[in-house]
Amino acid sequence: MGKIRTPYLLLLPGFGFLFTFFILPILNLAQTSTQTPVGGGDTGQYEQTLRFSNYIDAFVENKEQFGRSFVYALIATLLALAIAYPLAYAIAFKGGKLKNFMLVLVVAPFFTSFLLRTVAWKQILGEEGFVVPTLRNLGIISQSTTLTSTSFAVVMGMTYNFLPFMTLPLYASIDRIDPRTLEASGDLYANGFTTFRKVTLPLSMPGVVAGTLLTFIPAAGDYVNAAILGSPNTKMIGNVIESRYFKIVDYPTAAALSFTLMAVILILVTVYVRKAGTEELV
Amino acid sequence: MSTKIKDASIPHIPTSARISRWIGRNLIRIYAVFAFTYLFIPVAYTFAFSFNDSGKSNLIWKGFTLANWQNPCGAPEVCTALANSIKIGFLATTFSTILGTMIAFALGRYSFKGRSTSNLLIFLPMATPEIVLGASLLSLFLVFKINPGFWPTVIAHVMFCISFVVVTVKARIASLDPRLEQAAMDLYANERETFRRVTLALVALGIAAAALLAFSLSFDDFIITNFNSGTVNTFPKFIYTSAARGIPAQANVIGSSMFFLALAIVITGQIVGRKRKVSA
Repeated sequence: MGKIRTPYLLLLPGFGFLFTFFILPILNLAQTSTQTPVGGGDTGQYEQTLRFSNYIDAFVENKEQFGRSFVYALIATLLALAIAYPLAYAIAFKGGKLKNFMLVLVVAPFFTSFLLRTVAWKQILGEEGFVVPTLRNLGIISQSTTLTSTSFAVVMGMTYNFLPFMTLPLYASIDRIDPRTLEASGDLYANGFTTFRKVTLPLSMPGVVAGTLLTFIPAAGDYVNAAILGSPNTKMIGNVIESRYFKIVDYPTAAALSFTLMAVILILVTVYVRKAGTEELV
Repeated sequence: MSTKIKDASIPHIPTSARISRWIGRNLIRIYAVFAFTYLFIPVAYTFAFSFNDSGKSNLIWKGFTLANWQNPCGAPEVCTALANSIKIGFLATTFSTILGTMIAFALGRYSFKGRSTSNLLIFLPMATPEIVLGASLLSLFLVFKINPGFWPTVIAHVMFCISFVVVTVKARIASLDPRLEQAAMDLYANERETFRRVTLALVALGIAAAALLAFSLSFDDFIITNFNSGTVNTFPKFIYTSAARGIPAQANVIGSSMFFLALAIVITGQIVGRKRKVSA
């Protein structure tokens, strides 16, 4: 076995697989996105006419859902960051002997199906759950206010479901911080807040970047939370793509939307990673 | 180590600062308790309602029963869906772990032309929203007149699991101490023996973790599965489709069992890992 050939031989089967079932489909998707219906054909029959205005039509028709996807995903990401950062900090610096056990606890809810947990939230926050009647009795929300079928519920569901994706990378980078750097900062008369802002936060930036990406990307493309916890008024772009595929069999629009979503996310990710200045992501 | 420094610094600090420091220090612990409670609310809810004497729709608490646990396949389709999920999970885990581990060794062990492009190819599927992965793969299958179903789902799962396996195993390979392999060579082990008895043995835990991750990703996947599985039902699909009319309590039994099983596996894995570290 030649030494130079070894890495390529190791890569070959996996990359062959990824090429066939990841790259080819994406190229095919691009190809589908400019098709138009066959004149006089059945529903679901399309031919290539290189109609690039499919993109404009698809975007204009669904700009509301596009906007909602990115706004929801952004809010959910920020909320998840706010919830996960102190948690990751607590595990890394105060975890002691329980560190590994606490990490298991972060991942553990994962093992109860993602959908079961989302449905559980729907029932907890729903009319039959205990939260809504309690809040109504306490006068915190009005008698007619509901928590499910609202954008609040969708964003909350996304925040909850992607929380471990935020916590783990944050933990990994906070755990790597030498506690002596924080002590040094204190010795130099920095108060707790300054130490956090000038030492802890910059040193944990790789985790912040990785965590926000791992949360934002699946959140922007998600449609399960919106489908279970939302209403027709909280539809995201994922819901539109899904219904274009399965209910309307409008493959070109679904493809154009998918491609736009992917392109926007890739551009955002590239800009964000450049700005945040961490290249060691993979 | 930190306690020593803490003790040394205490005398210099006024009482009020010490109290606020104490609160500050415990505030984050109290916070952690709240955060974990939040994480576990739906899990606890799911577990509690697995004991609900619910009849058809498991929405309102109607009384305690063990019947759902005694007859977890009682609801129609639920065990067929579960069996499919497990089968798909095993196949996807096996293939993605093998392919991913090979890639991880190539990327972690060799420098070669095209290495950064290769890293990009691994990163891309993780940066692509699931709905795009699912929809694009379905389009490809439709072009080749392949009907969505069991094997298309397995292929889809292998595809999105590979990257996660690569990243996990590569991290483990990167943390290896090269001196261990040199030591094996110094002790007259040939290349193959060194690889098998030292390198692979040390990476094995990383591969196991990657396999566990792949299985849980596959088992829990809904979006990509929904696009490529056609009429084949899986456990997440079962929940999604029955969510509208109420999920049978048996699904809660299965969800809770999976939770405890996975927890047991992870904790056992950690204990084994710790023992190994101690004895090494």
